[in-house]
Amino acid sequence: MKQTILHDTHVLLGAKMVDFAGFMMPLVYTSITEEHLAVREQAGLFDVSHMGEIRLVGPDANDLVDLLFTNNTRAMTAGQVLYGMFCTPTGGVVDDLLVYKFNDQNFLLVVNAANIEKDLAWINQHNTFDADVIDESDHTSECALQGPLAQTILQKATPYDLDNLKFFTFEEMDIYGHACLVSRTGYTGEDGFEIYGTHEAIKAIFQTLLEENAPLKPCGLGCRDTLRFEVALPLYGHELSETITPIEAGLGFAVSFAKSAFIGREALLKQKEAKPHRRVVGLELLEKGILREGYDVYADTARVGHVTTGYLSPSTGLSVAMALIDKPHDKKDTLLEVAIRKKRVKVKVRNKKFYEKHYNK
Amino acid sequence: MNIPKDLYYTETHEWVRIEDGFAYIGITDYAQDSLGEIVFIELPEENDQVTQFSEFAAIESVKAASDLNAPLSGVVVTVNEELEDNPELLNEDPYENWIIKIEIEDKLELNKLLNAEEYAEVCE
Repeated sequence: MKQTILHDTHVLLGAKMVDFAGFMMPLVYTSITEEHLAVREQAGLFDVSHMGEIRLVGPDANDLVDLLFTNNTRAMTAGQVLYGMFCTPTGGVVDDLLVYKFNDQNFLLVVNAANIEKDLAWINQHNTFDADVIDESDHTSECALQGPLAQTILQKATPYDLDNLKFFTFEEMDIYGHACLVSRTGYTGEDGFEIYGTHEAIKAIFQTLLEENAPLKPCGLGCRDTLRFEVALPLYGHELSETITPIEAGLGFAVSFAKSAFIGREALLKQKEAKPHRRVVGLELLEKGILREGYDVYADTARVGHVTTGYLSPSTGLSVAMALIDKPHDKKDTLLEVAIRKKRVKVKVRNKKFYEKHYNK
Repeated sequence: MNIPKDLYYTETHEWVRIEDGFAYIGITDYAQDSLGEIVFIELPEENDQVTQFSEFAAIESVKAASDLNAPLSGVVVTVNEELEDNPELLNEDPYENWIIKIEIEDKLELNKLLNAEEYAEVCE
């Protein structure tokens, strides 16, 4: 089992540690609801050092990333971040990731911890270009500072003027004197920053940020999931997988058909034009209970899909879920049933954005 | 971890207290701590039959759903309905807030339960 550089810090802070993608990670420090609301109302700090960082460098680095990535990296300017996927020829998702463009010959890919090895194999398998693939995961740590107070808090730690750091861009800057890469990105639906650095830098930054900012709470993976869920951000293995395409997941915005070629393009274009047979939608429970991942969804006696993620939403109090539902049962306000243990409960199809995002764009 | 001496326990972290010939059933401190914030409980109804070591209710934390197993067999006499609106009471005091009260069917079933010492070992 791997540990992040902050492992002992989490234990000292009273975190409940769990195995996540081969890493011992903090699930929760005090309460998932408290940490969730701290991010919505003030600010929260996450250790996300389990995430993978893969560097593509060389004269043809852009050709390599372009072949694999669904979104258009040619249209990116240096210092921009772009969200998208690696897909298989049939449109299934190998991984979803962020691409950081330094220049045409230098890209940083930030990938899911569980998929690092798979992604590396996938990239290397298709690397017929003059480009090097470097796994920087083992010597990179990452923390995420998220919430409406994130900028105020981070500004006290850096000489860089954060007003100049726009949504989905990045900059190299000093944080408490440590050289870091900082992007205005996140996975919570709130304004915030993701900070990458050496292990020592991130350890010092994480601890100092908490010491110097009383309203800032350490936040675990428990609320990271409830936060991303409420604003309908997908989690690989749930709303996206090798059998769930970005079109089905409603993430067509991250697939650029303006690009002439990338792996999966034909299959995804065909699916988009023909309309997918199923779609990730929101469900609202009309009685008591909580919808959980894997529960089957029914229209009368026919199974028409399954729940991909479900919670009693901490921000809204609603019992809601994202679910992959066959057409035509995916239309708004359709009444369906979900099997919870031995009984059936009534649900209504709705928009999957349960809570409004508050980005600083 | 709080493990009162006067209760019987299951390996699946339920407790039972015998009082006036009835059995009061709840979840242990270890259970509530492992689950985290309890946000919903699905209770049985009065007169339902419960069976030793079989599921009789479901409890949901923010993160996940778990089944609760009955430490003893019997018919449900009273359900602690206060928990439906305030499931967090189980976090606040899991021993004070019993979940169901049942009529004991077979006292010999108590022999299959753990005492506080034995249960403490399960929690290690």
